[in-house]
Amino acid sequence: MSGSCGRIPPPFPDNEDQEAESDTRVLDSDEDDDDEGEDIFTGARSNPITPTSAPDECDIFSEEGSYIRSDVHHATNGLHPDEEELDLFTEATVELTLTNTTSQGRREIIGPTASACNTTQVPNSILKPSIVTKTTEELEEEESGDQFELNIAVTNPEKIGDGMNAYMSYKVSTQTTLPMFLNKTFSVRRRFSDFLGLYEKISAKHSLLGCIIPPPPQKSVVGMTKVKVGKEDSSSAEFVEKRRAALERLTNSSDAVNKMTIKMNESDNWFESKLQEVENEEQLLRRLHAAVDSLVNHRKELCSNTAVFSKSVAMLGSVEENSALSRALSQLAEVEDKMEQLHQQQAFSDFFILAELLADYIRLLGAVRCCFEQRMKVWQRLQEAQSTLQKKREAEAKLLWANKPEKLQQAKDDINEWESKVSQCERDFERVTCTVRKELLRFEKEKARDFKQHIVKYLESLLHTQHRLVKCWEAFLPEAKAIA
Amino acid sequence: SFFPPKLFKRQTLCDMIPLVHSVSVDLNNDASLVIDIPDALCERDKVKFTVHTKTTLSSFQKPEYSVQRQHEDFIWLHDTIVETEEYAGLIIPPAPPKPDFEGPREKMHKLGEGESSMTKEEYAKMKQELEAEYLAVFKKTVQVHEVFLQRLSSHPMFRKDRNFQIFLEYDQDLTVRRKNAKEMFGGFFKNMVKSADEVLISGVKEVDEFFEQEKNFLLDYSSKIKDATAKAEKMTRSHKNVADDYNHISGALNNIAADNNTAFKKHLEKCAEVFEKLRKVEDRMASDQELKLTELLRYYTRDIQAAKDLLYRRARALADYENSNKALDKARLKGKDVAQAEENQKQCLQKFDKLSESGKKELTSFKARRVVAFRKNLIEMTELEIKHAKNSVSLLQGSIEVLKSN
Repeated sequence: MSGSCGRIPPPFPDNEDQEAESDTRVLDSDEDDDDEGEDIFTGARSNPITPTSAPDECDIFSEEGSYIRSDVHHATNGLHPDEEELDLFTEATVELTLTNTTSQGRREIIGPTASACNTTQVPNSILKPSIVTKTTEELEEEESGDQFELNIAVTNPEKIGDGMNAYMSYKVSTQTTLPMFLNKTFSVRRRFSDFLGLYEKISAKHSLLGCIIPPPPQKSVVGMTKVKVGKEDSSSAEFVEKRRAALERLTNSSDAVNKMTIKMNESDNWFESKLQEVENEEQLLRRLHAAVDSLVNHRKELCSNTAVFSKSVAMLGSVEENSALSRALSQLAEVEDKMEQLHQQQAFSDFFILAELLADYIRLLGAVRCCFEQRMKVWQRLQEAQSTLQKKREAEAKLLWANKPEKLQQAKDDINEWESKVSQCERDFERVTCTVRKELLRFEKEKARDFKQHIVKYLESLLHTQHRLVKCWEAFLPEAKAIA
Repeated sequence: SFFPPKLFKRQTLCDMIPLVHSVSVDLNNDASLVIDIPDALCERDKVKFTVHTKTTLSSFQKPEYSVQRQHEDFIWLHDTIVETEEYAGLIIPPAPPKPDFEGPREKMHKLGEGESSMTKEEYAKMKQELEAEYLAVFKKTVQVHEVFLQRLSSHPMFRKDRNFQIFLEYDQDLTVRRKNAKEMFGGFFKNMVKSADEVLISGVKEVDEFFEQEKNFLLDYSSKIKDATAKAEKMTRSHKNVADDYNHISGALNNIAADNNTAFKKHLEKCAEVFEKLRKVEDRMASDQELKLTELLRYYTRDIQAAKDLLYRRARALADYENSNKALDKARLKGKDVAQAEENQKQCLQKFDKLSESGKKELTSFKARRVVAFRKNLIEMTELEIKHAKNSVSLLQGSIEVLKSN
């Protein structure tokens, strides 16, 4: 059965030479199934299948990675017709063929080896390493003439939570050399509904522009329910795996999809690292502020000690029997008096130019942190809305199954309501994210400029003090020389 | 210990201040006996001074000596001189104070405690500060021990002192000799000197105008100069604290710069550099003021005390003379032991006259010495402060320009 299928599973590294002949990577979806209708993937996996995609096949699949209905071409691929009905994922996968006219070899993703860090119920044998992708590169090349890598892997399905609230979370790892991203590799966790959301977003944005968007894997409530309930049989494990693989293919499927996915990953990382930066900076600024505070206090002490010393020298001068020395000492007392005034003015500058500046910054950084927290809150609201939506959908499915049509309408209404709520939350979140980002960049620029100005002003105050000091001492020198 | 035994060479000590001694002038002018302390070794709590002598005097066995002496040896020498009757009419150069490493030691302790919580740069900076403080204490203590010896060598009477010669010549450890001497002398005069003020104030009526004036002047001056010394010390301490703060600000700015990845980083580093340089200048301002002014005041506080001691001894001699007069009268009245009483009276008068004569000379030259020393120090201090302030000015001007242009 499997032998006729033109789609093959992602290659194991040692199978490389086998696949090397073909430039085309045809992504596998599934084969026949001998289980219940919901089971999409079967044990056909266990047999590595050689690609039957011949060069001529590639012609059919154009460079843009077009969406092609499987039924049109399956015949040539040798697919059995009866498989189609059961293969709900076919549509999602066939068209994800890649262009072939490149001289580039395939790129293996050096992603986290799924088998190595598998923490789920999915047996190791089923998990496969990531898929090779090429479409993006070719497309990018054609568009920009640059060569950049963009590899995404979806791995590590993990069940989060329990019972009917549980969901599967997948690790999305990205490796890229695209310049628009700060980091070369990063990863986040996403759940299925996130992918759905991504799909909807891309659809909204790109379909208008005439781009072709590969639809995501369909939600399979029942399949999911089985997983949630914790039924640990091979079918639910396979379900998860099929879904995982499908999601991976989806994210690798097109430029737009890739960019969007990565942007979401990257955005998170950007915010995470920014928050860390802000917190570090706040700490360091506090230390600087403490040092400046200490300076202010010591300067004030110096000021009062100088005043006291001045008086003491004056007393000494008054007792001194040598008249010239006596005069010199009282002049010295005056010099010290002037210095006391200078110290006082300098302490003033220390405080108002430097200390207050730093105190302000620390307060501002606190406000920045609040912004981050706000964004977090909006995110949480979005999560909650999505979760509620999911519940409503499940409720609908249950009603369908239980065959209670009278309550169905209500359920459908609920779903609609929550879908729009989710949309709203997503929009809010995007807006908040965008605003915080802009604000942060603006703040950084202004802060740098402000700091510069103040430091220069402070140094100018020090300069002024030192000038006056020179004058004081120069006035005293002849008095000292006059001692005889 | 944190610091291994450190050898401080004269060059290191005096590279910043002129070699000529500030507190007392015109010492070491006589080539027949030239003394200096070229280096000192600091081992834990003990300081070992290298005393270097060059002489043409025949009383010395060799033309040149180099011996190791501890602070206690100097004290021994001072005490033997104080207790020598012959020198009663002279102002005895004040003993050098004990080397005080309390400040740096405290800092060292703090450094050791805070080591784990500091960054490498902060630690290095604090260590730098600590070394600077050690150096400052060293400078002061070497200077003050050296001046003591030079006061002795430049005085016509003291330079001939037998113990002084032993101190300069004897190539072994003086510790044993010291202990024996203490047993011999018993410290008679020394104890009496402690209550000098009371006797002078409450005591004998002064016949000589000169000494009456001197007494009043010295008493008044002594309390004022003590006060000025204490206030100068506080002022210098605050000044050093300000310099330390510049250091910490510099460190904190460097930390922020290290964390920063924008073009602003360079700016921050430049600021840190400015504060580092300011700190150096401020530190020099403070320590030069200390060496020239505070040390001057400190020294003369001690010297004034030495002058007061002389007055006291003379006052005692006068009291003895007056008592001997009374005793003579009594003896004449009783008709007994008159010759003895006469002899006693004669001796007392002699002693008193001798003390008065040499005392007058000493006090007069002390006046001159004091005025000259103040003049020299005040000029040197002022010139140094002007120099440092001008350095500050050019440093700040340069930095402001650089920061503005960026």
